[in-house]
Amino acid sequence: MEKKLMKGNEAFAAAAISAGCRYYFGYPITPQNEVPEYMSRELRNVGGHFIQAESELASISFIYGAAAAGARCMTSSSSIGIALMQEGLGSCVVCELPCVIINVMRAGPGIGAIQPAQADYTQVVKSGMNGDAHCIVYAPTSIQEAVNMIYHAFDVADEYRNPVIICVDGMIGQMMEPVIIPESRAVIEEKDIEKTKPWALCGHRNRRDRNKINSVFLNQYELEDRIMNRLLPKFEKAKKELPEWESRNLEGAEAVFVAYGSTARIAIEAMELLEKEGIKVGIIRPKTLWPFPDAAFDEIDSKTTKVVISVELSLGQMLEDIRLALEGRYPTALINRVGGILLSPVEVAERTKAVLGGMK
Amino acid sequence: MSGKKAIFIAGFGGQGVLLIGQMLSYAALFDDKEVTWMPAYGPEMRGGTANCTVVISDTAISSPLVTECDVLIAMNGASLAKFEDMLVPGGELFVNTGLCPEPPKRKDINIHYVDCTNIAEEKLGNTKVANMVMLGAVNQITKITTLETMFKVFEYTLKGPKAKLIPLNMRAMEAWSE
Repeated sequence: MEKKLMKGNEAFAAAAISAGCRYYFGYPITPQNEVPEYMSRELRNVGGHFIQAESELASISFIYGAAAAGARCMTSSSSIGIALMQEGLGSCVVCELPCVIINVMRAGPGIGAIQPAQADYTQVVKSGMNGDAHCIVYAPTSIQEAVNMIYHAFDVADEYRNPVIICVDGMIGQMMEPVIIPESRAVIEEKDIEKTKPWALCGHRNRRDRNKINSVFLNQYELEDRIMNRLLPKFEKAKKELPEWESRNLEGAEAVFVAYGSTARIAIEAMELLEKEGIKVGIIRPKTLWPFPDAAFDEIDSKTTKVVISVELSLGQMLEDIRLALEGRYPTALINRVGGILLSPVEVAERTKAVLGGMK
Repeated sequence: MSGKKAIFIAGFGGQGVLLIGQMLSYAALFDDKEVTWMPAYGPEMRGGTANCTVVISDTAISSPLVTECDVLIAMNGASLAKFEDMLVPGGELFVNTGLCPEPPKRKDINIHYVDCTNIAEEKLGNTKVANMVMLGAVNQITKITTLETMFKVFEYTLKGPKAKLIPLNMRAMEAWSE
């Protein structure tokens, strides 16, 4: 397959189409506008449908409808737009509707700034939804990894019957890199949907009883049953089967960085800068944020590691999960910037030296 | 070119600053190198600031962001003043003389003066290719890519009715001489 130079946002959309997504609903917001732009231009060429919704609330409601009908569907937005989608997203979780949502993060709170940030960690991982709801969250570090994860996300969403969020930031959305878009998958024809998704609302034609998809439970025992016997086992299965991470240079490391997405790239370069000065640092890069890869932290070299440092573009939202995963085994520290300001490899390296200096 | 090179291109919106970076990135792709192109994005507009960073390497690139660069292309005076310090000692600075009234301050770098708008107008009769004149100058000095590769880049990016612009862009690549 041909290696192309593509902007992150365009590649995300191309990957979704290749994965069989034929319905996209979205409302413009920087820094992800190339996703709807690409979809509006390309989806109709493959017999798909693009709708510019009147708001993010409408986008997620379209998703609810399309997913309920068994279609592979996607929406994308950025930070505050994702905040607006939380109500509908919760309905998708309780109704077990598979869908893919791309969040190209910008700085908040509120309308904030359009520059990259990672301060939606809590929103997407801990869930801004009401009730006991989780979305499966992937955090790619390059355009190619994002493409592969989006391609895979539609399968995961279908398997788990749950929304999957691809959490990137403006940097990966806006940059260009060579990328290979995977081959297009065969799209399940409308008449065959009921074979693969027997729960979908695709017309019973008097051949079977009606399917019902409903997020209102007038009988609370029914809701408890849904949560305990349908959602919980799924979430437990996800925690066992889905965590993914990459670790590097953990053996003999004095300090271990934990970083995801674009920040992991900065941290890896900082790691190389520090190595030149004789300071050995390793890195754990979560590829899934929910479920969080707790097991990754068992790989840390207990003989040499003095501190685990969360490198992130927020006030330390991921640090809380790192501490939970560490269960008090190592001291922790935070190297961060907020508000749309990016860390540079030099800044991370300098601040790491300050952290290590303070430990002696 | 071998190893890793960071190229920083800065000017104002409308000068084709981002396009210079994209053409370099396509060239790197066709030369089978690793490459990242990262624009400074914001509420930008024609006349506002525009800049991008291109990193080209033989090996995988971690950070697409750089705090220092090997090559700086200053398309206007404000960019020259703001980003001159980013260049590594011995780095290559390309100055768009038509829009940089103040000379560079650094003495430890190699400076190349490229009056790209005038060259585009006088030699090629089209000021729109001023950015490609600049790119041509950069390539003559740094040898980041080859003219053969640039031809492929223009063939790839200028398709259909735009294909007639390929010869003009190729001439732009060779229009400047030191």
